[in-house]
Amino acid sequence: MSETSFTSWSRKDMARRLARDIPEGWYVNLGIGIPTMVADYVPLEREVVFHSENGLLGMGPAPGELDADPWLINAGKQLVTLRRGGAYVHHADSFAMIRGGHLDLCVLGAFEVAENGDIANWATSANDTAPAVGGAMDLAAGAKNLWVIMEHTTKEGRSKLVRQCGYPLTAMRSVRRVYTNLAVLDVTEQGFAVVEMAPGLSFDDLQARTDAPLRQGEPA
Amino acid sequence: MINKIVRDMAEAMQGIVDGSTVLVGGFGSVGQPDALIDGLIEQGAKDLTVVANNAGAGRVGLARLMELGRVRKIICSFPRSAGSVVFEELYKAGRLELEIVPQGTLAERMRAAGAGVPAFYTPTGYGTLLTEGKPTAEFGGRSCVLEHALPGDVALVQAHRADRWGNLTYRRSGRNFNPVMAMAAKLTIAQVDLIEPLGTLDPEHVVTPGIFVDRVLTHPVA
Repeated sequence: MSETSFTSWSRKDMARRLARDIPEGWYVNLGIGIPTMVADYVPLEREVVFHSENGLLGMGPAPGELDADPWLINAGKQLVTLRRGGAYVHHADSFAMIRGGHLDLCVLGAFEVAENGDIANWATSANDTAPAVGGAMDLAAGAKNLWVIMEHTTKEGRSKLVRQCGYPLTAMRSVRRVYTNLAVLDVTEQGFAVVEMAPGLSFDDLQARTDAPLRQGEPA
Repeated sequence: MINKIVRDMAEAMQGIVDGSTVLVGGFGSVGQPDALIDGLIEQGAKDLTVVANNAGAGRVGLARLMELGRVRKIICSFPRSAGSVVFEELYKAGRLELEIVPQGTLAERMRAAGAGVPAFYTPTGYGTLLTEGKPTAEFGGRSCVLEHALPGDVALVQAHRADRWGNLTYRRSGRNFNPVMAMAAKLTIAQVDLIEPLGTLDPEHVVTPGIFVDRVLTHPVA
């Protein structure tokens, strides 16, 4: 197969690309890992309210050395700040925001996303030595929109966009959109629809790297 | 006169019996009642079921309680975290029962216990390994699983300020599971940084009203 040369997106590019699609006024939870980076690319003047499941609404960036506060951490247990207008809530209220459908968007990482929107992101086998789920199942089932940001393939080159998840599920039929280092894809009734591709990448090249069948979607 | 302030740890821990279900506040180390956990270690109750978001770190506090073989079962959302060595050893050796619960379901099961709701349906976890075998039903086109309330015999919570009626305020993200656990247990013991005269806490700012609290112990945190 002949291939054109292309440039895959870096993690920063992916986070920046996703951040572009978050409208002002949305309440957003960012998962641990690449999702956390998204906040860096939402300009302060576009007011987006970040939620952290350990009870922060209006979470701000990491503190400077002088204003670090050990009582103020995010779900990844990193030190953070609270923006003006922010609030502290307890865990049941925090998850009421998630489970009650009040969050406009949750962004998670994943091991696999299936063409029907199933997501697997918490365990790599049913016999995991010490599984841990945290808030992933609540977020995946509860937010109005679930977007996944992840590498398109594993380190071994296996596609993470699949016909059917092989790993234990986090939630069924939940993912609306996927941002990878190769493409932006919508999850539709007919499976994955390509919205955008990394510069120089052709549809056929992308399909060759993807287990699930793709179709051309509406451009963003 | 109502006075929930106890003199010392022995009084705080009095009457905790073997086989108790103990709810332990905190998210990681923030808002975790470290002094009360040490008090429980000292007190000696065993065969415990511990409910906590995480399964301890290092070999102190919750991890120490587990290492001493005093915990039969742990119910949590995220047992495996940085430094959770004791949990991993015990779990691998088959010496610790584990129930993994999605974090929001964990909080809501305790809230339900505190609110007199014996069980509830939720879409969280439907179709996953964690809800296998649980009754399901469809509401408004969404598939849901039945989850049961999770009451405690004892709750160990951490708060910032308290008064002698047991009203509590918290400190930033240290609030986390503490208020729902305080509601969900028959005996709620609070470790607080400061005790204020009755009437000093602004009623608009009280997060956990004293009705949910039985004992208060000061333990100033640096």
